[in-house]
Amino acid sequence: MIIEGKQAIWKEYQKEIADDKYFYVRSCVRQNFFPGSETAFLQIMREDLGKDVFEHSCHTTCTGIGYHGDVVPLDTMMTVVARQFALMTESGYENLVPSCITSFGIYTEVLDTWHHFPETEEKVRTYLKKATGREFQIPKNLAHASDLIYKFRKEIAQKAQYKLIDTNTGIPLKAVEHIGCHYAKMFPSKGIGGAEYPYVLSGMIEEWGGEVIDYPERRHCCGFGFRQYLVQANRGYSMSCSHKKFESMEPYHPDLILTNCPGCPMFLDKWQYAIHEMQGKSYGRNGEGIPVLTYEELAGLVLGYDPWDLGLQLHQVPCETLLDKMGIPFDPAKKYCGKNGKDLGHPACNPFEQKKMLTFKD
Amino acid sequence: MEKKKIVVIGGGIAGMESSSFLAAMDFDVTIIEKADKLGGHVRNWERLFPTMRLGAEVLDFLNQGVEGRVKIVYNTEITDIKKKKDVFAITTGDGKNIEADAVLVTTGYDLFDARKKEEYGYKIYDNVITSSDLEMLFTEGKKILTADGKTPKRIGFVHCVGSRDEKVGNAYCSKVCCVTAVKQAVEIKDRLPEAEVFCFYMDMRMFGMHFEFLYKEAQEKYGVNFIRGRLSEASENMDGSIVVKVEDTLAGKPLRMNLDLLVLMVGFVPSEGSNKVGKMIGLKTGPNKFFKTQDQHTLTNVSNIEGVFFAGACTSPKTITETITDARAAAVTVADYLHDQPLGRRTI
Repeated sequence: MIIEGKQAIWKEYQKEIADDKYFYVRSCVRQNFFPGSETAFLQIMREDLGKDVFEHSCHTTCTGIGYHGDVVPLDTMMTVVARQFALMTESGYENLVPSCITSFGIYTEVLDTWHHFPETEEKVRTYLKKATGREFQIPKNLAHASDLIYKFRKEIAQKAQYKLIDTNTGIPLKAVEHIGCHYAKMFPSKGIGGAEYPYVLSGMIEEWGGEVIDYPERRHCCGFGFRQYLVQANRGYSMSCSHKKFESMEPYHPDLILTNCPGCPMFLDKWQYAIHEMQGKSYGRNGEGIPVLTYEELAGLVLGYDPWDLGLQLHQVPCETLLDKMGIPFDPAKKYCGKNGKDLGHPACNPFEQKKMLTFKD
Repeated sequence: MEKKKIVVIGGGIAGMESSSFLAAMDFDVTIIEKADKLGGHVRNWERLFPTMRLGAEVLDFLNQGVEGRVKIVYNTEITDIKKKKDVFAITTGDGKNIEADAVLVTTGYDLFDARKKEEYGYKIYDNVITSSDLEMLFTEGKKILTADGKTPKRIGFVHCVGSRDEKVGNAYCSKVCCVTAVKQAVEIKDRLPEAEVFCFYMDMRMFGMHFEFLYKEAQEKYGVNFIRGRLSEASENMDGSIVVKVEDTLAGKPLRMNLDLLVLMVGFVPSEGSNKVGKMIGLKTGPNKFFKTQDQHTLTNVSNIEGVFFAGACTSPKTITETITDARAAAVTVADYLHDQPLGRRTI
């Protein structure tokens, strides 16, 4: 590996990211998959970094999953996107920050379409006006939420309580990163580091003390191709994608997997459990799985947030091994307590020790 | 009567052969060459397809025409060209001015920068090299080894790197890469008979005399494997070997293969020198970004500026044979122009 070659590519793929005053739009699915992530993002941006981040209660889906699943027509998708822009404009913001990679891809695609076909933009403006009476400005700056964490990675490092270093050995933790297809594969110039050697997550890992692993199937899909997973008959294909990645990364002994997209942590986390159930195979050391984190969760851990406030108890692969390595204290007794102390229910077993289906008590 | 003056920009094989013919026709010819030697890219090529003749033999032949007949200005780049009436004033980097009655542009080509095909990992993965790098090993008589000094057991050649590829903006075929891959695959098998060699191609464009014969020989005599399919990506294994993903379009199956060495067959792009000179004089370029000739069938050495002519690969990718032939045609075209154009006034 010639690191200078990668660095040359990273220099080419940089993008402008606004300094402040963001209009944040949440993901449809992340709030269910990893509910602590978006909350952690807002807390980090507002409280740790002192930024103005605004959310609008009328924000809806971008229709991305429906659009890519061929059930939402292009004109409908663009009009819904135009409505999100209208909410941003009405709120007095100009910098759009989606939480979801699919949404980021959708917004990028729509803006690029309108750039090349201004008559399409005019048509959509008419649709929106007729349907809702709203008007909108095109965002001055579009950045994915991970772009912001990347932009402020040095500030986060300065405030870091913990680093991506094994406190027992002093050795940097090895991390696998996965940026999600819609972040840069469609528009490489819109992703930090481009599509082939993306840097958005690698930059965070390096800045916070870890070491990035480049493994052969790094570019392969995580398993959340919409048609692979949403069509039930295709789910074996989804799992085989994840399986291929796990097999490929296993010899490098990663300490964690860092993800960017709503689907990637879901599948890289959940399929580890499913593969373990099916084959008895685990990809971490000592029969454990490889913890899978979102970038907000990792930033939160680095900043000293309580792991259970970040929602790590809702991961299928237990994260305690990683917390131990980073030297992060945690209270096992509070793992399944909600923010208000309410019992969230406990898994019936540790999936990596006993072969039983994971269920939650009522 | 004072001899008419011609400046030839570029001392590659096109510049050498056209200068020889123009000097033989009693013109005052000056080659301006940016390097310290004549010969251009051919100096870096050990053996030539399809005969395996040494490139140096061709250069020796061309030099015999140049020596003693043509003025050569080495290590010099042109900074300005101005045309006043029928005379060109050419300024060089060292501040000198050279006058010419005609200018022949022989600025050739550059090799495609393989780093632009990011997914193939050139300059990122240690065991990914270009056809030019491999030829340099042949030229310098070095052993073919992997980055960690082992003899490669499996070697892959990727055709059309930077050619016929709209993603990098080059829709054209570079013509020479297919047969160069066959030539280099054979040379590898000569040096490393135990190695498995694979060529990943879109189409085998064996258009030249004896190319098809070489292609057949590569398969039958040397056992080179030709797989029809374009590489989607290359990655690095833990041991530094390269894993490639290809679709075998004849078998209709995706293919995943580990290779010890991956060779990228880089195509032609207009040279940096062409782009600079073109801007100075206002030369038109075609959709392939090489210089545009006045007509594709007939006026193939004539530019859009009266008194400026082309020879060689500055107008399109060409083989050595084609370049030498084109250089001679350019010499005749320039001579016709300087002799009041008995033929050059024809129109099409």
